[in-house]
Amino acid sequence: MKAIVWFWVGCVFSLGCSAVHALTPQQVQDIVTGETDARIESLQKALAQPDAQTALFLQALADDTVVIAGEQTVILRDGKGFDPASGKEVAVPANAESVVSNNRMRGEIDSALAALQLLSPDDTVRMKAAQALVSEPDPSKKVLLDKAIAAEKNPSISQLLLLAQAAIDITSTDAKVRMAAAKALGNSKTPNTQLLLNQQMTQETDPAVRAQMGASLAEIKSALAWGERLGALFTGLSLGSILLLVALGLAITYGLMGVINMAHGELMMVGAYATYVVQAFFRQHMGPAFDYYLVVALPMAFLSAALVGALLERTVLRHLYGRPLETLLATWGISLILMQTVRTVFGAQNVAVENPSWMSGGMQVLVNLSLPWNRLLIIVFALLVLAGVALLISQTRLGLFVRGVTQNRAMASCMGVNTARIDTYAFALGSGIAGLAGCALSQIGNVGPDLGQGYIVDAFMVVVLGGVGQLAGTVYAALGLGVLNKLLEGWTGAVLAKIAVLVLIIIFIQKRPQGLFAMKGRSAEA
Amino acid sequence: MTNITLPQPVRLLSPWGWTLFIGLLLMVGVLVPVLNLYLPVAHPLHMSDFAVSLIGKIMCFAICALAMDLIWGYTGILSLGHGLFFALGGYAMGMYLMRQIGTDGNYTSELPDFMVFLDWKVLPWHWYFSDSFIATLLLVVLAPGLLALVFGYFAFRSRIKGVYFSIITQAMTFAFMLLFFRNETGFGGNNGFTDFKRILGTPIATPNMRMLLFVLTGACLLGCYLGARWLIQSKYGRVLQAIRDAESRVMFSGYSPLPYKLSIWVISAVMCGIAGALYVPQVGIINPSEMSPANSIEIAIWAAVGGRATLIGPIVGAFMVNGAKSWLTVVAPEYWLYVLGALFIAVTLYMPQGVVGLLVSLKQRLQAGKGESS
Repeated sequence: MKAIVWFWVGCVFSLGCSAVHALTPQQVQDIVTGETDARIESLQKALAQPDAQTALFLQALADDTVVIAGEQTVILRDGKGFDPASGKEVAVPANAESVVSNNRMRGEIDSALAALQLLSPDDTVRMKAAQALVSEPDPSKKVLLDKAIAAEKNPSISQLLLLAQAAIDITSTDAKVRMAAAKALGNSKTPNTQLLLNQQMTQETDPAVRAQMGASLAEIKSALAWGERLGALFTGLSLGSILLLVALGLAITYGLMGVINMAHGELMMVGAYATYVVQAFFRQHMGPAFDYYLVVALPMAFLSAALVGALLERTVLRHLYGRPLETLLATWGISLILMQTVRTVFGAQNVAVENPSWMSGGMQVLVNLSLPWNRLLIIVFALLVLAGVALLISQTRLGLFVRGVTQNRAMASCMGVNTARIDTYAFALGSGIAGLAGCALSQIGNVGPDLGQGYIVDAFMVVVLGGVGQLAGTVYAALGLGVLNKLLEGWTGAVLAKIAVLVLIIIFIQKRPQGLFAMKGRSAEA
Repeated sequence: MTNITLPQPVRLLSPWGWTLFIGLLLMVGVLVPVLNLYLPVAHPLHMSDFAVSLIGKIMCFAICALAMDLIWGYTGILSLGHGLFFALGGYAMGMYLMRQIGTDGNYTSELPDFMVFLDWKVLPWHWYFSDSFIATLLLVVLAPGLLALVFGYFAFRSRIKGVYFSIITQAMTFAFMLLFFRNETGFGGNNGFTDFKRILGTPIATPNMRMLLFVLTGACLLGCYLGARWLIQSKYGRVLQAIRDAESRVMFSGYSPLPYKLSIWVISAVMCGIAGALYVPQVGIINPSEMSPANSIEIAIWAAVGGRATLIGPIVGAFMVNGAKSWLTVVAPEYWLYVLGALFIAVTLYMPQGVVGLLVSLKQRLQAGKGESS
């Protein structure tokens, strides 16, 4: 029976296509049996002249659905057996055993499969495969690559393939080939190429090739410089927008009302946990609508933090107006209680808040500059909140009252403003904005009981630097500090940058105790 | 011609006060050592090692609270940087203790273990004098003192007051904490200093040494109290209180507040540094978390609970709060932060005078009642 099948397969093969049909039964046999080294060598050989069967066979190998019985190799699919070389259905021998591949063999099979995609009829698949090969050049794929270059019609993929070839050629033993490759690589202005050239540079012995590599590197570097600069600016703006969100609420409670709210960070934490609860609820009960949980989470974060804030104002802070130092201590106490409450309810560990799917990923602007959606959205969100607060303070009746009470409490009271209620509203508003900040932070970092602690010093720095009593200063201070911090970070490292910024602020406050934008006139005395 | 009655010079302590003071001194210097060292463990009056080390620790905190009272209670400046001065004193002492380990460390090197671990070959410059005890004592005073002097000079010169001052001292503490967390700063990074073996060539973990440190701390606390009392009752102290109550009026009366504020700020910082230096050999560890902003605020609450602007208050407060802490963190650790938080709120809302202030006003009311009835 076995012999008949063999014969039959052999016939088909010799009749059909001797040169084009590359995968021969002998090769199949060599790939599945023997020493790993020999198997890999056979695999490379088979790969030099691949066809559709090669891909199927390799996929089956990778999936562990290939069995062997003596000299016959069979691919199992849907309970039936298929011959690897011809693709015809065959009977599965009774004594068949699985083909065992070790990790090295598996790695080779996987990379072979990836390389085979270079010949895929689908443009996007080919493009992806070419990109993969550029970023991880593999000399064993050279033959296949040459084949692919010859066959490629799409100019952009063709360019990528040539690049991949150069990336392989740069390790060639022939100095001339290396020279050409170094020149060609200069055209690929990506961080990967830069890395590759830098690596090869250290091993290069030929001075001429070295010089060419240096020139190519310089070319790449100057092209990448803009991406890096813009990247630093963007992370700075991103940090600035977060600081702005954190400081906006404080600008109201501290700047307008003069309350030193050390529990501000914990109000953010309340907002973040509210987001977490809404997110968990959506995941449990509203599966398909999960992507839209933020629509509910934002108001919930605002309301929960505002409620806690209103409660605090009514029960504690109300009695402490005009005694800022005591306010500081009392709100610190409140922050301890809030943190411990969260620990008791949700546990001391961080909880995970999952982004909606439309917020993951990013916008590729330059080769080495990708802007994550969640950070971009937070910048937009911070600006929206800022606009909302500015409108509220300057245009609405509540804003008018808040300003009135801030400037002259007694007079506002005489005019019939219920100052006590305005205090509560204003504090709740500031707290609610802290809640919104917490909701935003939950989208980019961990949510835990210590969430607020990390931001409270920064937030006060922003408000103090910006000047007390109006919003414009807060905006400039937040964005300025964010960008300054990130620019310094590239130069000195994260910790030293942070210390430098704190020192700069301390020095700045010495010079201008009123902040960047001092209130002028009578209200400055208050 | 009108007669101006000048305030009568006040005695440093009343006869009663002196009796109490000497009594406390004897207790710390004689009674506790006898109870701890010479009574057998089974004896009912024996004082356990745990109690000795706990009280020794709390006495260090009490010195901090006293220092906080001088600057906050009497001068009206709330510092959130006292935890930093405490830690700086501790680090200065810690460096000396690290050098005293000599070659007995895990790596049997002349250098402290963490430097060997970081693959450093020579001592960094700021460690040069750390093997001399005299230099260390100087450093304990100079490190917090100089920092306070420079920082205070610029802050007070530009008339930074009230909450602004509190916030920038907190920023300073925060910056130093970040700095000390770095390995490259050369203070052991995250882990700080620990595993001390000797002080002045004698082993550090013996009952006698523990008792010596305890007595030193107690004497230091009582000495600080006496010194603070002398300062407060002097003309200098009156000016400080005047600055607290109406700074502009003091200026219009021809005083420059700067030297007064600056000097009391530096004195207060140095007291904290000394407390830190006494604290480190007793607990056997110092790391950057001592500099966390939370610690500095806690010092303020000790002073507030006991009673600001009374010198005995902060000491009482430090003992009450820390005693409660060490008891509660054993019995019900999850409730400690609730209690501490509630304490912050309750003291600021209902007891602005603190425990001692409350007692004093009760006493006064009682006496007033007597006066009326008689």
